[in-house]
Amino acid sequence: MASSSIPAGAHGDPTRRDFLMVATGALAGVGAVAVAWPFINNLNPAADTLALASIEVNVSSIAVGQAITAKWRGKPVFIRHRTPEEIKEAEEVPLSELRDPATDKSRVTDSAKKVRPEWLIVIGICTHLGCVPQGNKPGDPRGEFGGWLCTCHGSQYDTSGRIRKGPAPLNLALPDYLFTSDTLVRIG
Amino acid sequence: MASSHGAPPVFKNKIVAWIDYRLPIFSYMEKEYHTFPTPRNFNYFWNFGAIATVMLVLMIATGIVLATNYTPNVGMAFDSVERIMRDVPSGWLIRNLHMVGGSFFFIAVYIHIFRGIYYGSYKSPRELLWILGVVIFLLMMATAFMGYVLPWGQMSFWGATVITNLFSALPVVGQSIVTWLWGGFAVDNPTLNRFFALHYLLPFIIVAVVALHVVALHQHGSNNPLGIDPKGPQDTVPFHPYYTMKDGFGVTIFLIIYAGFVFFAPNYLGDAANYIPANPLVTPTHIVPEWYFLPFYAILRAIPDKLGGVLAMFGAIGVLFVLPWLDTSRVRSATFRPIYKWFVFVLVIDMFVLGACGAKPPEGFWVPLSQVATVYYFFHFLILLPVLGKIERPLPMPASIADSVLVKKAV
Repeated sequence: MASSSIPAGAHGDPTRRDFLMVATGALAGVGAVAVAWPFINNLNPAADTLALASIEVNVSSIAVGQAITAKWRGKPVFIRHRTPEEIKEAEEVPLSELRDPATDKSRVTDSAKKVRPEWLIVIGICTHLGCVPQGNKPGDPRGEFGGWLCTCHGSQYDTSGRIRKGPAPLNLALPDYLFTSDTLVRIG
Repeated sequence: MASSHGAPPVFKNKIVAWIDYRLPIFSYMEKEYHTFPTPRNFNYFWNFGAIATVMLVLMIATGIVLATNYTPNVGMAFDSVERIMRDVPSGWLIRNLHMVGGSFFFIAVYIHIFRGIYYGSYKSPRELLWILGVVIFLLMMATAFMGYVLPWGQMSFWGATVITNLFSALPVVGQSIVTWLWGGFAVDNPTLNRFFALHYLLPFIIVAVVALHVVALHQHGSNNPLGIDPKGPQDTVPFHPYYTMKDGFGVTIFLIIYAGFVFFAPNYLGDAANYIPANPLVTPTHIVPEWYFLPFYAILRAIPDKLGGVLAMFGAIGVLFVLPWLDTSRVRSATFRPIYKWFVFVLVIDMFVLGACGAKPPEGFWVPLSQVATVYYFFHFLILLPVLGKIERPLPMPASIADSVLVKKAV
């Protein structure tokens, strides 16, 4: 729209009219933001979604060598109860061999800094293009490194969930988790 | 700023000029909403077209946002609305804005229609403008009716059942039409689903008809409280800044009252029975539509015959379509029609009486009262207006708008 203001007092102080125009404009701007905010906030996650932002899993029923898949924030989370052999394998891999170097210890530490090497908790989404890798269910192929095999494009993960072979660039992601007791872990 | 009328605007900004040469939106805005000559004597009744437009935009914005969380399935609709109220961030606010907004949209439109009736805005050359307005009114009623069904409360369900059943009054084809409307043998999931789709669609049809309505308005310009055509620039002011500011002020006051209801009494204009989930096996003791339908509901029930009642109800809106030809007076504004003026007030009171009758169960004195009020309604439009125009002696009118303002100035 073409500007329509009567020319402001060209010489000397701004007029009362200028003050009123600027003040009204500023207040209208604040009003517009105040009106827009609820509409934009409306699209944020609702209370029922937020309630599922954090889940508690009882791991006491997972035997050594077994794994389960939990659902957290709409994504699969692999919880594997590792055998001593799997732990040793993971710890002995030199970092130079890893595409995304990370020590096994750093991947089994919860948010209270406690290390529980027998529990590996990773997000079960291949970091290549997002398929869910196989290896959690008994009878699943686990690939050459004993972890997980993504059948979509052949990415292979080891017993620490680290990428060893195939097109994926990164290790399986780690969620924030906390063992609230020896058998209860809160994810997220 | 009001430059010489008719000279095409020259834009100093090069980008604006480039765009305007190819798509003249800036010249259009400049001509229609800036320099547009508007009668200088508008009163606040002339604000309500702008207010209605603001409400339309608000209803569409809140409605689309509600649709991101609403589920149009009989097993989930009621709960999805409660989820919006309780779990969705700011959901309670958006829902209340939409619910109260519907009522306030009708308040604005009813006052806007009153202005048209009192000041003769439907008379030549604005007959089509008026008819387009009646079309908008009908679309609004259809939209509001379907929208009220969506929360799937008791009133939603039973209101839908009663109103769709009206069509069974039509001879021969009536029941088939009703089955077709329902998509089944009663109001049920197919009905709810299609009402949701149509409720989403109709507001955009309303926008299109509003655009036609405004184009028709700009063809000959607005009417004014005196009903006398502007004779030259001394009778008009540029739309901006005079009426942009006056409309802005009026919209603000209207929104303050609206906000009062949204935040402090959101359910005042509604029916508590709609917070009970719909039960097809139990009819509420009193089925009452929303307040803006009450006068027409009263007319429907006033006629003891089923088909007669339906015809009367649709006829009540039908007479509005032909109003420009029913009123034979050559004087536009009721300001100069001393007898007609009082009958307009009687009509307003009649509408309130009909509204009160519509809210009550059809018992006792409410029945004959609604019948008298219905008779007056049709008498007003079909007999009074044609006759009065011929026999009434209008008051002397000023020579022009400017004359009336200049002569009246006592300061």
